Amino acid sequence: MNESLAIRARELTRTFGAFTAVDHITFDVRAGEVFGFLGANGAGKTTAIRMLTGLLAPSGGEAVVAGHDIRTESEAVKRDIGYMSQRFSLYDDLTVRENIQLYGGIYDLPPAEIRARMRRMLDRLGLQRSESALVRSLPLGWKQKLAFSVALLHEPRIVFLDEPTGGVDPITRRQFWELIYEAAHAGTTVFVTTHYMDEAEYCDRISIMVAGRIGALGTPHELKAQFGAASLDDVFVRLARPERAAGAAGAPGEPLAPRGATP
Amino acid sequence: MNALRGLLRKEGYHILRDRRTLMVLILMPIVQVVLFGYSIRTDVTDVRLAIVDPAPDPVTLALRGRLAATNLFRTVAVLPRASELEPLFKRDAAQVAVVFEPRLGERLARGLPARVQVISDATEPNTGVARQSYVAAVIEAWDRERRAAEGGRGGGIQIVPDSRMRFNPTRESSNLFVPGLMAMVLTIIASMMTALSLTREKETGTMEGLLVSPLRPWQIVIGKVAPYLAIGFIGVIAVLAEARLIFHVPVRGSLALLLGEGLLYILVSLALGIVISARTSSQRVAMMAALVGTMLPTVLLSGFIFPIESMPWPLRWLANIVPAKWFVAIARGIMLEGTGIAYLWPETLVLMVMALVLLAVSARSFNVRLE
Amino acid sequence: MSATPAASPADAVVAEGLVKRFGSTTALDGMSFQVHAGELFGFIGADGAGKTTLFRILATLLVPDAGTARVLGYDVVSDLWALRQRIGYMPGRFALYPDLSVEENLRFFASVFGTTIAREYAQIAPIYSQLEPFKRRRAAALSGGMKQKLALSCALVHRPDILFLDEPTTGVDAVSRREFWDLLAHLRAGGLTIIVSTPYMDEASRCDRVALVQRGGILAIDTPAAIAASFGRPLFAVRGSDRYGTLRAIREYPNTGSVYPFGEVLHFTDARAATPPAGAARELESYLASRGLAAAVTPTEPTIEDTFIARLSAAQPEQAA
Repeated sequence: MNESLAIRARELTRTFGAFTAVDHITFDVRAGEVFGFLGANGAGKTTAIRMLTGLLAPSGGEAVVAGHDIRTESEAVKRDIGYMSQRFSLYDDLTVRENIQLYGGIYDLPPAEIRARMRRMLDRLGLQRSESALVRSLPLGWKQKLAFSVALLHEPRIVFLDEPTGGVDPITRRQFWELIYEAAHAGTTVFVTTHYMDEAEYCDRISIMVAGRIGALGTPHELKAQFGAASLDDVFVRLARPERAAGAAGAPGEPLAPRGATP
Repeated sequence: MNALRGLLRKEGYHILRDRRTLMVLILMPIVQVVLFGYSIRTDVTDVRLAIVDPAPDPVTLALRGRLAATNLFRTVAVLPRASELEPLFKRDAAQVAVVFEPRLGERLARGLPARVQVISDATEPNTGVARQSYVAAVIEAWDRERRAAEGGRGGGIQIVPDSRMRFNPTRESSNLFVPGLMAMVLTIIASMMTALSLTREKETGTMEGLLVSPLRPWQIVIGKVAPYLAIGFIGVIAVLAEARLIFHVPVRGSLALLLGEGLLYILVSLALGIVISARTSSQRVAMMAALVGTMLPTVLLSGFIFPIESMPWPLRWLANIVPAKWFVAIARGIMLEGTGIAYLWPETLVLMVMALVLLAVSARSFNVRLE
Repeated sequence: MSATPAASPADAVVAEGLVKRFGSTTALDGMSFQVHAGELFGFIGADGAGKTTLFRILATLLVPDAGTARVLGYDVVSDLWALRQRIGYMPGRFALYPDLSVEENLRFFASVFGTTIAREYAQIAPIYSQLEPFKRRRAAALSGGMKQKLALSCALVHRPDILFLDEPTTGVDAVSRREFWDLLAHLRAGGLTIIVSTPYMDEASRCDRVALVQRGGILAIDTPAAIAASFGRPLFAVRGSDRYGTLRAIREYPNTGSVYPFGEVLHFTDARAATPPAGAARELESYLASRGLAAAVTPTEPTIEDTFIARLSAAQPEQAA
């Protein structure tokens, strides 16, 4: 397998009964890239991510993540990736230290190593004095930065971030993205989804899913040129609602109905 | 192994830091053991004994003395005629009666069989038999001693047991269970479901939408609670119909009165459900609170399965604040003994007071706002 | 911060010194503001800024610990029943009944206010017409965008005089968000006063006036254009190929006032107040070139987000990048 590819997906498909959530998607993610994976709700993003992280078996096609085939080596995939989502990251009723120790243990890091990495992490985040604080007591922004760092604790080759910056103020969001840049600079591939279109601009390359398929793939610059749009927001709208972008009369219409999907 | 240990430790933290679940996990078994231990006493103590002694003589007086001396029985009445026993049994003033044959002592002295009738109220078959045996044992013991003292001459006392299943002529235990079953069904429907329904609104966030509308709290409460009133009522009818058709359990008294009391009990349970849910915003907690606060007392302390008289006095006293206890007594009275409101008005009054108090508390505790 | 101007009788909302605490946390720290009738007013801020608490107070669901608020002339504490007839409220998470259908949800909210869907159809038609094809579908099975529209219809069905929408666009994709704001503009054109809270900066520009909130207080309150223009110093866009490298280099540049990523470029301000903009730009470019980084530095117009970031950094220096 080509070592410079962190993710290789070919005709990846997933159906649920008659409904096709992910429809033969094909794309690559290069090592060390910051890759933005965008799409409207219901477009199939979450299903695709679940397949790539080894949580869901594909119905068709194949993908190699961090050098492992997601069909046959899903446990190996889980060991070599990190994951952080908005819905779940750290345990609220455990302290910062307990959370780090827990995840370190889960990924089989020796205790001395966990301690060393914890020191470095807390120094970098400025949370040295919060080691014994319950995660619940931290402001949202700190929680998210901490969760990201914990996802990287075992130094995975790829880290998957599912809408990691929901609800924080603009400064914290940018600090978070600096952490992402640092990680990418150090060689970790970052696979991130977001609803903030300006964050999409921070990525090296992005893909936009529409109705289970990849509607656009390229650098932000390329996509804006391709769709003749001033911002990625406009690109998104043109993809998801072509009739609206074409200036159709009347109120905004219904989205392209995916085969059998709910709008 | 590291990973597993880490996971175990984490679960430990979760459990220790969730105070409420912890309390339930630790206290619940303790409370249950105490309650179950004490309530499942099939021993017989403090039995109310009525004596029918038409012609007291030294023998009957000696027997009466012996019976009174045990701490098993408490003589509540001494009557000249057996016909006066009926009202005592009906009022539950007496549970066992001993009827001495006239001229008991004379017959004994002349070596004739002397009969002592032991009548027990066998509304609860198990305890009825137990009581009978105890009485018989005391009398037989006295008799043995007497004969030994007199050198073995003379006749002996014949015990004639008579379990008057008058209040349960067919000896069916199902008859006894039906009133308790009704109470349990109603408790589930009225208390638990109401509590769950109200807290579910809080959990999904829709309570905010209701509160912010012109709806007054009493409208919201009635709107949520009335369906369960209707369902509870149907539940009562269903249980009665089933009991009648399948188990042939009678309703000796007034059906209308029974349904009326059922409605009253439902009201009490509904109010309890509201009070429980007013303090909690999670369905899980409401469920547990409803279980401990309504179901458990209904099953254990209402006399449904375990007779209350056999329990130690703290529990007997506690049973008085369990609404189900009063309803079960009322239902049993109406169904099995055919008693009417004339006898049952004290219990009905208790339920009414409970209903009023709980409704007032629930009205007060239902917030116009989020806090 | 400028002093709050005197409230006029035409104000839809007047708040003075609102304080609200939950245990040891202060959610609102003496907030004061006015919203004029017919305005589309936005509260912009992160989670925990106090937006939801404020909305709950204005919607008569919470009582403030201190301060007063009047909505449509009624006091939120003492006149709550009069207010509840007149306000429409859409709480976060939409407060829909998941097991009822679209139509059943709407019918319920209509009946609670003593009206019917038929009677109010004209009012909600622009929104409801998009939902009608799905009116028998259970609310739980709707997508985020559809739930949004349904919740809005339910809030509007009784023809309120003022609408409070608490984070109606959170977690919804960019396209649905746009459509939603089109609907709001349409409603506002009909004269309805609308108060919205959102964490998305780009939505701020669609409001008539905006209040930037942080930690229970208001950092700025004005039209979006005025807030953007109040940035107060020259702002530059730095466009280069190695974005991260450029960012780190500028951090080490002695004259940096602030630098942060902004879409495709970096936004930079020079710490020296007196230097003319053209000179500052050239200096930065040559500095970067000396570090081996090719970059173009051009002046750019500040947006409301730039101002927010500047105000935030000033208010919380320990958090600044």
